[in-house]
Amino acid sequence: MGPLDPDVVWRNIPYLWEGLKLSFLLAAMAIAGGIFFGSFMALARMSRFAPVAWLAAGYVNFFRSVPLILVIFWIYFLVPLLLGRATGPFVSAVVAFTLFETAYYCEIIRAGLQSIPRGQVHAGISTGMSRFQAMRHIVAPQAFRNMAPILLTQSIILFQDTSLVYVVTLRDFMTNASTVANQELRLVELYLFAAVVYFTICFTGSRFVNRMGGRFGR
Amino acid sequence: MGAYQWKWAVLVTQPYLGWLLQGLAATLLLALAAWIIALALGSLIGVARTLPWRPVRFVATAYVELFRNVPLLVQMFLWFFVLPEVVPEAAGRWLKRELPYPEYFSAIACLGMYTASRVGEQVRAGINSVPPGLAAVARASGLSLFQGYRYVQLPIAYRIIVPTLTSEFLGVVKNTSIALTIGIMEITASSRQIESYTFQGYEAFAAATGMYLAISIVLLFVTRKIESRTRIPGWIARGTT
Repeated sequence: MGPLDPDVVWRNIPYLWEGLKLSFLLAAMAIAGGIFFGSFMALARMSRFAPVAWLAAGYVNFFRSVPLILVIFWIYFLVPLLLGRATGPFVSAVVAFTLFETAYYCEIIRAGLQSIPRGQVHAGISTGMSRFQAMRHIVAPQAFRNMAPILLTQSIILFQDTSLVYVVTLRDFMTNASTVANQELRLVELYLFAAVVYFTICFTGSRFVNRMGGRFGR
Repeated sequence: MGAYQWKWAVLVTQPYLGWLLQGLAATLLLALAAWIIALALGSLIGVARTLPWRPVRFVATAYVELFRNVPLLVQMFLWFFVLPEVVPEAAGRWLKRELPYPEYFSAIACLGMYTASRVGEQVRAGINSVPPGLAAVARASGLSLFQGYRYVQLPIAYRIIVPTLTSEFLGVVKNTSIALTIGIMEITASSRQIESYTFQGYEAFAAATGMYLAISIVLLFVTRKIESRTRIPGWIARGTT
């Protein structure tokens, strides 16, 4: 190959930037959805009503046993069959990521909730709080502070995983980098650039997590 | 979806059954080969991160940060598309033309080196959770630094991290699916190919899902066996979160 041609990257920056914005949007929606549903899933897993706990555990173990790519394929190819109309790659990617990440966030949140001594709930109840109030005002604030670093770490992993929507050609950063790479026949420049961009974002994020400190590392 | 025709028989019809079995073989081959690299290299990295020499620790830390902060898909493309272009021309030609099954070598190297960064972190955590007094006692009793690791710290560390290592192995199995992007027909790719040939998407993806679930259930049982044999009485896995 000839010398590196950085110009090919600069020429296509607007297109790559569009992709990166979509990667961020997908990650943000999946993080929000994953933490939201993951919280409920964690409560379900800790439920004293056995069938609920059992179902939630089944959900978590199922999604932790299959690769994300397979989940993306499931949703992308099969939901349109089920609904009888096309949903588009973005909607199916958001659904797939939310379903998948809910399982991972659930386990993080459950561990966080369980790290708070049970006696504190009892203490809250004995001062006249309801069980829900004790969870809401005593357990949750401490638990979320404890698990913040791991939640962030998981979110960084999630952001990296958004690159997998490449397999359904949703125009995220990775797909756009690959499109440019193949159009311009400049695979080396584009994939190295993609690596540098992802690294910069994720490394900055993980430095931030380290600075937050806490006893949880990645 | 009334129009969907269920045909589970497609899964046991040739050539589709053959594709699924080949996919399973490819997934297991990639995972095992990558795991060997990951375990060997990861152990070196984990030990290096705990050594009392700054430059060595720095190199090992840099390795971990580098491989952990770039998406695996990007790494896969770097190994497969970029590496042959940036090495000296003769080596590049060998990688592209003469090496048989270049995509397998790329995928194994990629998965192995990536997983090594994760295993390295587990090994480091394991070593760090061995009470520091033990290492001091080893040195005081005349063992060299190397002997201390070999006979005292590592045997305990490995036994502590057995549970997390097995979940890392399941991680490699799942990550082999990313090798489909460079053309390897592993489980997920095989099921997708069946989907596009037969339009029996539900059956095809169900077969793939079933195989992954089966692998993780088998692993669960093997893990239980290994864990009950290697558990150190009175210890729980510490520092391996």
